[in-house]
This record gives sequence, C-alpha cells and structure tokens, in this order.
Amino acid sequence: MNGRLELWLFVAQRISAAVLAPLVLVHIATMIYVVQGGLSAAEILSRTQGSLWWAGFYGLFVAAAAVHGAIGLRTIIREMAPWTGGSLRLAAGVAAGVAAGVFGLSILVLGFRAVGALT
Amino acid sequence: MDAAPSPEGELTVEIWRGGADGRFRTYRVPRRRNQTVLDAVTYVQRHIDPSLAYRFACRVGVCGSCAMTVNGAPRWTCRTRVERVARRGRVRVAPLRNLPIIRDLAVDMTPFFDKWARAKGHFVPSAAGTQGFAEVAPDSPERRAADAGVECIGCGICYAVCDVVAWNPDYVGPAALNRAWTLVNDVRDGDRAGHLAAAAAGAGCHACHSHQSCAEYCPTGLNPTASIAGLKRMAFVAALKGAP
Repeated sequence: MNGRLELWLFVAQRISAAVLAPLVLVHIATMIYVVQGGLSAAEILSRTQGSLWWAGFYGLFVAAAAVHGAIGLRTIIREMAPWTGGSLRLAAGVAAGVAAGVFGLSILVLGFRAVGALT
Repeated sequence: MDAAPSPEGELTVEIWRGGADGRFRTYRVPRRRNQTVLDAVTYVQRHIDPSLAYRFACRVGVCGSCAMTVNGAPRWTCRTRVERVARRGRVRVAPLRNLPIIRDLAVDMTPFFDKWARAKGHFVPSAAGTQGFAEVAPDSPERRAADAGVECIGCGICYAVCDVVAWNPDYVGPAALNRAWTLVNDVRDGDRAGHLAAAAAGAGCHACHSHQSCAEYCPTGLNPTASIAGLKRMAFVAALKGAP
C-alpha cells in the first residue's frame, strides 16, 4: 500500500466527522420538530427556500457527508469483499476506491442539486 | 504427572489435528488438581499420540509460546486452568487464528514478526546513547506512555483475536503498533519520527477500528488500542504540521 494515502484518508475522515457531528444533530432535531406538520417537498421548500443559512448548512452537510461516506464505504468494501485475501487484492483495492469515489461524487451531485433548489 | 487424579474423573479434550484443512479429534485425559490446558495437551502428546505438534517453553506465563485458541478464545494455555474453561467436562483447543497453521496446534509466526519489522518495532540507538547513561524521568509523559505498553512478550494473542487482521491481511496488527508506540515515546531512540512514519504507513495504525479485542484478551493486561489511538493522534498532528 502506498504509504501516505491511508493517513490522509484518516485525516479527511476525522475532520469530516467533526464537521458532521453538530450538523447531524441539528438536522435530526429540526426534522423531528418540523415533521409534525407532515413531510413533503413543498413543506421543506416553503421552510428553507431563499434562506442562505439553510443553503450553507446543507451545502456543508453534503460536502462533509460525501467525503465521510466515500472513505467509510471504501474501507467497508476493502475489508468485507470476498477478494480481500486473494491475489487480486491490489486491483480489488483500487476498484473499491473507484466505487467509493463514484459514490461520493453521486452524493455531491444529488446533494447539491437539492441544495440548489433552496436558492 | 504423578499427582493423584482428582475425583472428577476424565476431561474430554478436542484438539485440532492437521493443517488448515484439518479437523478436531477427541481425547480423554484424566483430571488433576490445578490442571492447566497445557497440562492436558501435554498429556495427550505424552500418553496418547506423540505425533501431536504444539509449542510451549516456560510453562509459567513468561515466554508466550503456548498461546492457543481455547473454547474459541485465544489464551496462554499454561495460565488457563481447566476448571475455569471446561464446559461440561469438555475443552476445545485449536491453533491461534489469523496465522498459517503449520500442523495441529503450531502456527507459523512469520507474518506476525514480519509485520513487527514493517512497523519498525525495533530500537534505533542514538549517538548520545554511546556517551553515557540516558537520563529518563520516570514520571515524564513520554516514559509513562512507553511504560504502559512495554511489557509485551509477543505471544500473538492480540493478533489472533483482532478482527481487522482477519479482514485486512495487510494490517500490521496490535502488537507491532503497540511496540512502535513505546519507541515513538522512547526519548533514547534515535529515529522516533521514523517509527511514527512506519506505524502510520499503509495498513498501519489507521486501519484499526478500535474494537478493543486486543485490550480485552491481552494476558499481560496491556491496552494496544490505546497505543494505536496515540499513534493515530500523533500522526494526525504530524500530518497537519507537514511532516514528511
């Protein structure tokens, strides 16, 4: 394994976790509060559209979640996929990285599409 | 072996025989007072089947060579009394997990020690060390951190019980990283940054998920998870400061 990659992934994982922790708490608390009025796209947009604060909040949320989720998924695939011990290990490790990267990018694209709807 | 058999009669011992594709075979061993699992295995080898392969040396919990899997958990068999682990008069003894089986209860420790070397788990003398005694304050934070992990005897129990080792064959494992942590904190060492870099490289300390099985099962009562957490913290700070 290339020496420094795992270290930097760990740093990114820790920093994104530190960012996510308060955001998730606010997100969940808000959801529990507002879901009393019914959960629909119209309700969410009526509450958040035009708010720079919510756009910034969820913009940061999406970025941190994309980083955190992708790195975590890469580790899970690398440890849990049946090829981890085999001779294809190196190629499989790269494939896991690519799959996790695609996952992270998807979160970014879908997430910012939703954030874009707020503005 | 001359002690009188206890009134409890016989113990049924299931022992792994063969290599990775082997199987358990059952033996009957007379119960004795204060009998250890190692005593029972030794009885089988001396009285029933001399072809049984297993390792031991000191028999008193100093050398660490008799580590085996007893009823699913890794243990020093010399320090494991039959009466504490037997279930309905039965004990199941297997080789250590996560290491290639040579035969029966003997495993090949080569990957364990190769990884120890990969994590740079050896002392590097400094030039100052040749000029007299190093003065190390026993209550300095570094010495305390090193002292907490320094009693490891390399028995391989933490390596055998670690799930991350099982999932990620490249992971260097708790013992090697614990050793690296003691050296990173050893002010006499000539290459502390090198130890940290080696421990943080590839599937090193960052592969650990902090399951803490190593701390739970270490017969010496060490906490390799804490050592690895220390390495992660230190490597994190070093990386942000731009260490090479």
